[in-house]
Order: sequence, then C-alpha cells, then structure tokens
Amino acid sequence: MKEKVSLWRLFLVFSKIGAFTIGGGYAMIPIIEREMRRREWIPEKELPDIVALSQSAPGLLAVNISIFAGYRLRGVKGSVAATLGSILPSFLMILLIAMVFTAFKDNPIVQRIFLGIRPAVIALIAVPMIHMAQKSNKTWWAWLISALSLVGVAFLGFSPIYILLVTLVLAFAVTYYNERRRRG
Amino acid sequence: MEILLTLLQLFGTFFVIGLFTIGGGYAMLSLIQGEVVVNHAWLSEGAFTDIVAISQMTPGPVGINTATYVGYDVLAGLSGSPVIGVIGSLVATLALVLPSFMIMLLIVRAYTHFSHNPLFEGVMGWLRPAVVGLIGAAAVILLLRTAWTGCTPHVSIVRENMTDWKSWCLFGGAFVASYWGKVGPILVIILAGVAGLLLY
Repeated sequence: MKEKVSLWRLFLVFSKIGAFTIGGGYAMIPIIEREMRRREWIPEKELPDIVALSQSAPGLLAVNISIFAGYRLRGVKGSVAATLGSILPSFLMILLIAMVFTAFKDNPIVQRIFLGIRPAVIALIAVPMIHMAQKSNKTWWAWLISALSLVGVAFLGFSPIYILLVTLVLAFAVTYYNERRRRG
Repeated sequence: MEILLTLLQLFGTFFVIGLFTIGGGYAMLSLIQGEVVVNHAWLSEGAFTDIVAISQMTPGPVGINTATYVGYDVLAGLSGSPVIGVIGSLVATLALVLPSFMIMLLIVRAYTHFSHNPLFEGVMGWLRPAVVGLIGAAAVILLLRTAWTGCTPHVSIVRENMTDWKSWCLFGGAFVASYWGKVGPILVIILAGVAGLLLY
C-alpha cells in the first residue's frame, strides 16, 4: 500500500474482477491475486487471511472478499466501491438476459464457450492455492492441516465453515497454551 | 400498493437469506428456493431452475445473480413494467449484500486492529494452511463431480465441468499457461472460451 488508491480506480478494478469471476467465489481468487500483486495493493501474505475471514462470515465469498480488500485499501468507502464494482457487471448482464435474451442458456454458441471456460477456471483456482502453500506451509504440521481440510471438504463432505471453526478452536487453544508456557 | 408491499417483502426475504447463508452460493440457493418458490410462490419451480442455470453461466457470484434475476422477474411479472423489474432486482441484490457488509466491516476492523498481536498471528498460522486445503477442495470438487444436485430434490442442475478428453487438455493447458507461463487469469479465460468455440 504505497499510495492512496482512488475510489474510482478501486471500483474499476473490482468490476474487472467481477466480470471474469465465472463459477462462484473461489474463481475470484486467481484474478484478485493477480490484480493485488500487480498493483502491490495488498501484501501477498494477507491473501489467505482475507479468504479465511471472508469464508467465516455469512454471505457470499466473492462479496465478502471485496468488502475486506476494499476496506484494507480505503476504509468503509473503499469497501462500498469494491463491492459495487464487483457486482455491477453481473448485475447488468443478468438484467440484459432477463429483459431481452431469455434463451441465453440454450444458445449453442454460449454453451460451447462455456465448455471451454469451465475446465480452465478449475486450473486457475489451483494456481493461487500453490502460491499460498509455498508462502504459508513451512512446516509438516501446516501441510497436514492443508491435507486434512482438503480431504474433509472434497471427500468427506464437511462444509468449509466447520473446517475453519474446528481449526480456529484448536489453533486458539494451542497458541494460548504455548504463549503462557513461553512466558512461564 | 401491492408492488410496494412485494418490494418490502423482497427486501426482507433477501436480507434474511444474506444473513443466514454460511458456506457460499450453493447453500444460498436452497434458501432462495424455499422462500421464492415454496413460501411466497413468486416463481414456479421450472422458472427458478432456469434462473439458477443462467446464474451459473454468467459471471459473478451465483447467489447475487440469482437474487438479481428473481428480483427482476417477480416485480416485472407483477407490474408488467421492466422499469419496476429493475427496481426489484436492485432491492433484492442490495438486501442480499447488506448483512455481509455489516458483519464483514466488524471482522476487517478487528483484523486491522489485531494483526500484530502474537496470539492472533499464531491462530492465523493455522488458518492459512486450512484455507489452502479449502481452495484445493473447491478445485477437486469442480473436477470430479460431474453433476451437482441441488439441496432439495426439486432443483437439480447438471453442472458438467469435465465432459471429455478435450476438457482435460483445456485444464492442463490453462494450468501450464497460468503457473509456468504467468499468463493472466482473464486472458486464460478468454482464450479458453475461444478454444471451446473452436473445439466443440
């Protein structure tokens, strides 16, 4: 965060992010990572924190991430600008479809484009995960947490919120215990 | 009068949905369906399923898209005027975002305040690897699950991501381009869309 970002700029960058977030909140992560890194807006170390806290709050991940990042850059006004920016492109597109282009989903050209986009989006989600793992997984212990949360959600069907809650409680207990022992 | 009342109901309904959705867009869909189709009977089952399918295909969070679409359809259907439909979609969308806004502001203030506290740093040291796993899980679920069935038997949306070998080539190509080639995600999405148009 070198200089103050203008609200208009924040709005524009988040509307670009919103326009290419296809397939849910996690699809936003690669784009937000790229934009934040390129502009040096938010330290990379903060990205997993943003995702963790946004996933813990009610509402939609992509919206919560916008609120969080916007606030870190320009306070409450920044979070309003970022949120409006990130929902505006989809808002306009949905209105357009609802008003004039109701046959959108059955259009063969649209379907072919999406057959191409969906596999690419999954690959894009994997890339920031690897970047984050390289930054935050320094011990075998951290890798174990990652593996357990992946298996818990993908194969055992736990909701991400439970994984975060259990991790939070355990983390708090262990850290508190260590801190007290350290102080004697 | 009836329009004003419906707008108020729409606001209340989506505000409550925004407040009680934990766990993202798909958890939200069953709540929206329960309120919009079953409780208020604003839309038919079939119309709702179409809306969800379109919301998945367009950019933006599925929950927001569905709220925008439902808001438009309900009010435009009731009044016969597209302008009032637009007002309906604005009301539904903003009502959905409002609770997150209030709660997230508290969270991000606490984060800004505590980010140098050793206890907080220690806890985040656990949460960060957990998030790595969550993102990995999102990718694995999208890869392996060929069909996503909604939370209730009424809504089932087929969501096939990996349809054939060409999908796996696109997946591999996008990964190589993004990870090693450092190609930006937006460009990767555009290229993949063009590739889909040419390949299928």
